[in-house]
Order: sequence, then structure tokens, then C-alpha cells
Amino acid sequence: MSKFLNILAPAIGGAGAVMAMAYTLADQFIVDMPAPLREAVAVAPANAEEPKDATARVMAAKFSLGREATTDEVAAWDIDVRPDGQGLPPGSGDVMTGEELYVDNCAMCHGDFGEAVGRWPVLAGGQGTLTNDRPVKTIGSYWPYLSTVFDYVHRAMPFGNAQSLSDDDVYAITAYLLYLNDLVDDDFELSNENFTEVRMPNEENFYPDDRAEIELTAFTGDVCMENCKDAVDITGRAAVVDVTPDDAAARKRREEAAAAAEGTAAPTEVAAAETAPAAPAAPAADDAAGGDAELVAAGEKVFRKCKACHAVGEGASNKVGPHLNGLDGRTVGGVDGFKYSGTFTDAQANGMVWNDETLSAFLANPKTYMKGTKMSFAGLKKQDDIDAVIAYINAEGKE
Amino acid sequence: MDAKTTRRGLLKGGIAAGAGLLAGTTAAKAAGDPAITEMQPWNQMLGDGVDANPYGKPSHYEAHVKRRSVEWLTADPVSSVNFTPLHELDGIITPNGLAFERHHGGIADVDPAKHRLMINGLVDKPLVFTMQDIMRFPRENRVYFLECAANSGMEWRGAQLNGCQFTHGMIHNVMYTGVPLRYILEEAGVKTNGKWIMPEGADASGMTRSIPIEKALDDCLVAFKMNGEALRPEQGYPLRLVVPGWEGNMWVKWLRRIEVGDQPWHHREETSKYTDLMENGKARRFTWEMDCKSVITNPSPQAPILHTKGHTVLTGVAWSGRGTIPRVDVTLDGGKNWHQARMDGPSLDKSMHRFYFEFDWDGSPLLLQSRAHDSTGYVQPTKAQLREIRGVNSIYHNNAIQTWYVNEKGIAENVEIS
Repeated sequence: MSKFLNILAPAIGGAGAVMAMAYTLADQFIVDMPAPLREAVAVAPANAEEPKDATARVMAAKFSLGREATTDEVAAWDIDVRPDGQGLPPGSGDVMTGEELYVDNCAMCHGDFGEAVGRWPVLAGGQGTLTNDRPVKTIGSYWPYLSTVFDYVHRAMPFGNAQSLSDDDVYAITAYLLYLNDLVDDDFELSNENFTEVRMPNEENFYPDDRAEIELTAFTGDVCMENCKDAVDITGRAAVVDVTPDDAAARKRREEAAAAAEGTAAPTEVAAAETAPAAPAAPAADDAAGGDAELVAAGEKVFRKCKACHAVGEGASNKVGPHLNGLDGRTVGGVDGFKYSGTFTDAQANGMVWNDETLSAFLANPKTYMKGTKMSFAGLKKQDDIDAVIAYINAEGKE
Repeated sequence: MDAKTTRRGLLKGGIAAGAGLLAGTTAAKAAGDPAITEMQPWNQMLGDGVDANPYGKPSHYEAHVKRRSVEWLTADPVSSVNFTPLHELDGIITPNGLAFERHHGGIADVDPAKHRLMINGLVDKPLVFTMQDIMRFPRENRVYFLECAANSGMEWRGAQLNGCQFTHGMIHNVMYTGVPLRYILEEAGVKTNGKWIMPEGADASGMTRSIPIEKALDDCLVAFKMNGEALRPEQGYPLRLVVPGWEGNMWVKWLRRIEVGDQPWHHREETSKYTDLMENGKARRFTWEMDCKSVITNPSPQAPILHTKGHTVLTGVAWSGRGTIPRVDVTLDGGKNWHQARMDGPSLDKSMHRFYFEFDWDGSPLLLQSRAHDSTGYVQPTKAQLREIRGVNSIYHNNAIQTWYVNEKGIAENVEIS
């Protein structure tokens, strides 16, 4: 070990006689050899081979961990795209194709025209609003590069079913998003060939962090400690805005504080609730659905694919999709207040009912079984998964 | 014996005993404190044995201490945030179960046996590591704060949320165990034109950010432990990137790949999000460092003063992405006069610091503020100073001084003052 150190430490320390070697090392490492590496060398494993020449020494300074990634492995994960077009896969898609895909896969959250449902991101419009009191930051009004749209849709959309779209689908949806933002005409086709020709209108309005020049100097210096101002007025209060989530514990403590300040006891029921022992643990729940607990547990995992859009269980309400409580035996399209697609309202009129059989067929291939459904989910390939998720939904959503 | 503490104890004790209610201080003193004079169940009966909780939990009396969310902030809990209950904590370390969460595609449930870390791009040799491989590199232990760039982002336009959990709770401070990123990058050999890295998560959002190579080779860690135990799933189990002092979004969780490139990627979380829109419609990008900041955690709206006038402990936390916090000033009168707070506990680079200010409260209303100084000499600005430069639409990086109004009953409220 000490011999090892003797060979390497001077090279890094840059002592005159071995400066040449230090440079060689720097070359090999490309970046300067970092200080912590010195420690790494010092604790190199006892079985490290004694270096024979400069190159060998560099190798010895590494840990020889990991293995080379194969071309296929890199290709499987390396899907990122940059503004200069690096990473774009071959392919193309036009606005009209994109519209269909968008309506099926995106509109339930982002709205038919990119205007957004609820608090999901707005994708279109907003041009000219960046200096307004309430700016609307969209792909068209704010995003500096089109590559960001392609990359993000490709890697993370549709929400809850990421990376399920083909490259051509992503080109088409990207083209449609340009169209929604009035940046191309309806006959536009986007491809890897013409991609970098498209420039986004807000590209020039981004600049690198300048806090070091603008703020650090302004906010550095002596501070006033005494008699810094004559009067202080309250100019705004959170209690007036009143958007804080209700916090029972905090409220209780405020009441106690008020009571203490009054010199009286806190209300008995409040204090009693605070000091009461916790209720005894509920007995282990029976398998309420009468089904297989393991199957239900497996179904809970499968349900992760669904829960971005569907809620089930106590207090479940409609999200992007309807709640799933009492699904077994429920009329298709039967949740009040949920806006179903035409195919579901038709099924409701026909008295179609969800049961193991219909649900199973729907989940295997939603778009074929209920043609025109708004549900963007591609379906579950394994019957085991279908059985499990139905068991879970029935157990969790039993009414 | 502290007379006020005793009186508080009496109120609870009297109720628990179910007798001598509202006896008043003098009478109660004569009878003695029931917490002492009465036998309590735990004095007599045996408690649970050693394995009642193989993985221990806090006392059930602490059940109210938990992360909380603000439902109206986001569209869906799968892509949302919750907040660390800063007002219930002390010292500088955040317990793992209370560290705030922010996910963009839910909590990935990653099997560590199937987790891989790939290094590719401008390297001599693209590499793949298993978790076992990662564990064979030399490790470091470092305490760092992680603050979301949007922490306090709801307060730009005015006082909005009543509680430091909500105004400042997108932060946690834990000790990471991990491998310096430079060891791993150098194992693959970064080419001379490798100027940026792009860490990527294995979750359904495929989180990506661009980080300059200088930072990557400086102090970044690839971490697998927090506070001594495996990362929690919600914090990126089994592997996350640690980017000390820089905005939390860059600390990619469920880290599965790092690409080396010659320019930044300009991905969604560094263009559409995490860029700071100024009043003139232009936007700052790559605002990575977290500015020096502090907040008084007690008293605060969720943690009122529970006693009458007399000796009072004020405490809070401070941090800076540019170094340590040698000093925090505190005012009780809205900034007319300031007092230097007492720093206590470890002072570590890019870590949370704890401060205290003990004073004799005369029972009159207070306007509390804290003002942190970091080791570069930077002083935490007021909201007015920040708004003058940035306007109110920048969302991110609000490190302004926070004001709490405490009334004569000890109840605190989030306010803004002149």
C-alpha cells in the first residue's frame, strides 16, 4: 500500500521532478485529477496490481467497477433530444394525425384546444402575456425550444402511460401542438429532417442567471441593528386570503393559547381529545371481498397504472376518469357528474353493466372493446394482471 | 420550578384526573399536581415488549406531526408536493419520514436488484453499474439541505399561507451516504469536450436536468442512504443524485442514467419550469444556487406561544447554497431593532443551521422576523428588495425575510409589513 502511494502521490502533488507525469495523468483523465481521487488511491484495494507504467497507473487509480454498456442497452435508454436535434429518431407526423392522437391521449387533461382541464398544464395560447399581471406560460408563449416538447412527450406522456407512443406519434402530436399555438398551418408535417428549422417565438427571451452581478453585491454589506425605522404597519395578512388547509392540531393549539392567555382552562372536550389514549387498534380486517388477499395485493400494484386517472376506496371522487367505487354491477357510464364519451352513454342507454366478464374484456383492449372511449390506457396484456386489478377494485371499492 | 409550566401541566392533569377542575392556581397548589399526586397507568402497568414495533415509530401523542399538502396547488397528488413540519422539529436533521416530497410521476417502486446506473455519451467507455457495484466505491457522509426552488413561491404576491410548514416546508436536511460522482464519471472517462451531464430518473416522469461538469466533478454525490438508512422510496430509493446547495429539482431521484454532453439539453424542467420570469417578460435560466434564507419556526402560525408573558424561546432555521450561516439577526418589533440570535449545533457547509433567541416577553404583540447572513457576506433580503428586482411572477427562489405577527394571546399569523 505504501509503495502504491509513493508512486502516485507525487504525480498529483506536482513536485518538480514528476511534473511531466502529472500532465500525462491529466491527459489520460481528460479532466484534472480531483483531490478526492488521491484519497481513493490511498485506500485502493489491497489486491490492486502494482502499476507497471503510466497508463497502468491511471487504470489502477480507477476502481475497475461496472461493465461496458452494450449498444442496445444505450439505445434503449438514451432517448433524450436536444435543441440542435441530437437524439431525434427518424420519423414524421402531420397535424391532422396529431389531432386524433391528441384527442385520444392528451385532451382529457390538457383540454381540446390546449386550454387545460382543472390545474393541468395549459399548452396553447398566452402569446404576449409574459409581462401581464397573470402571465400564461405555454409551449407557444414561453417554451424556448421545440425539442423540449418532443423530448418530454416522448419520455413522460401520456401521464400514467409513459413511453407508449411511437416516434411517429410523437412527431404528429408535436406538430399538432405547434398548430394549436398558431405556429404552423394545418397541412404541416414535422419530421427529423425539418425539425430544427422550427424556431419558437420566445427563444431569445431567456438569459443566464445574473444574480451574481445583480443581487449578490446589492444584498451584501452592513446592516442596521438599532432604530432602523420609525413606524411599522401591517400591509397584508394571510388570514384575509384564507387559503391555508385546515389544520385541526394547529387550531386546537391556538385555542389553547387563547385560553391560556385568558387565564381559563381550555375547553374540556378539546383537552380530553388531546390526552385521550389512542383507540385500540382495529382487529385485522377480514378479507371483505371474500377474495384472495394475495390477488388483491397484486392488484394494488397493477392499479398504479390506473390511479393517475381513477380513484377507488373511501371518499374516492372523479378525477380524469370516474371513481371506481361499487364498480361491480354498476351500469356502464353510470357515475353522476362524469362526462362520458358517446360510446359510454350509448352503453348506459343499453343497460350494459360492469362485471368480471365485461371489465376483463375492456381492460384487455379498451379501445377495441369500447370504441371511442376517452380512456387513453392501452390495456393490460396479462390476464393475471386483469384478474388482480379487478379483485383490488372490488375489494377497495366495495360499497 | 417554573410556575407557568406547572399551571399548564395542571390544566391537563386536572382534566385527566376528572376532579378538581378549574380549581385555579392557588387551590391546585394546595392539593398538589395530580400528575404527581395521582398514579398514572404507565406508573403501574407494564408496557409493550421489545418487538412491539420492530421498526419504531414516534409516540402516538405526536400523531399530529406529519407532512401536509395544499390540495389546490396542483392538479393531482401523483404530481404534487407536500411540506416538512418545520415548526415541530428542532436541531438541524430532518427525520426521514417527515422530509417533504415532490414527485412528477408518483413514487417509483424500484426493485434494487433490477436497478442499474448507466454512464454514456461523451465518455471513453459507456458503463453500467449494479447497486452492488456502486457500494464498492469509497463513500462519503455529508449533511446537506435540499430546498425546492419553489419553496415560498406562493408568497410572492403577498402573505398567503398560515404556517411555516406551508411557507417554508419544501426543505429537508439529512445526512447522505454516497459515492462522489466524480469517481463514477472518471471510471467511464469523461472526454475533453464533455462539459455537461444529464442525470435521468427511472420513474414515470423520466426526470432530467442539465448540470455543468464543474459541479458534477466538485461535490455531487450518488447517494443510497439518508440519515444512516436506505433512501426512502419517496426520496429516490435506491439511488439519488445529491447536488449540494442547488435547487432540489436537480437532485434526480431513482437515478438510472447520466449522459455526458457538450451542451445543455434544455429539457422541460429547465425551460418550461424552474426558469424565473422577470417583470420585463424575459426569464432567467439555470438559476441553480439556493440563496441564503431563514425562517422563525417557533412561534409561528401553527405553533403559537402557549404560555403567558415571561421567558420565551424563539427558534428557527437558516441555510445558504453558497456556504455556512455564521449569523442570524432577529427582530421583535418589525425591524425597528435587531438582535443577534444564538447559533447552536453543527455549522456545516450547505446545511441547515439552527438559531435561538431567548427573551422576556412582556405580553404585548410582536412582529417577528429573522435575517440570515451567509459566509460570503450576503444578507437575506426583504420581500420589497426582491420584488424590486424580480417582480412577482418569478415563482422560484423566493428567499425573502418572513414576518409573523404574534398577538397578545400568543397567536401568530403570516403578515407583510411596511
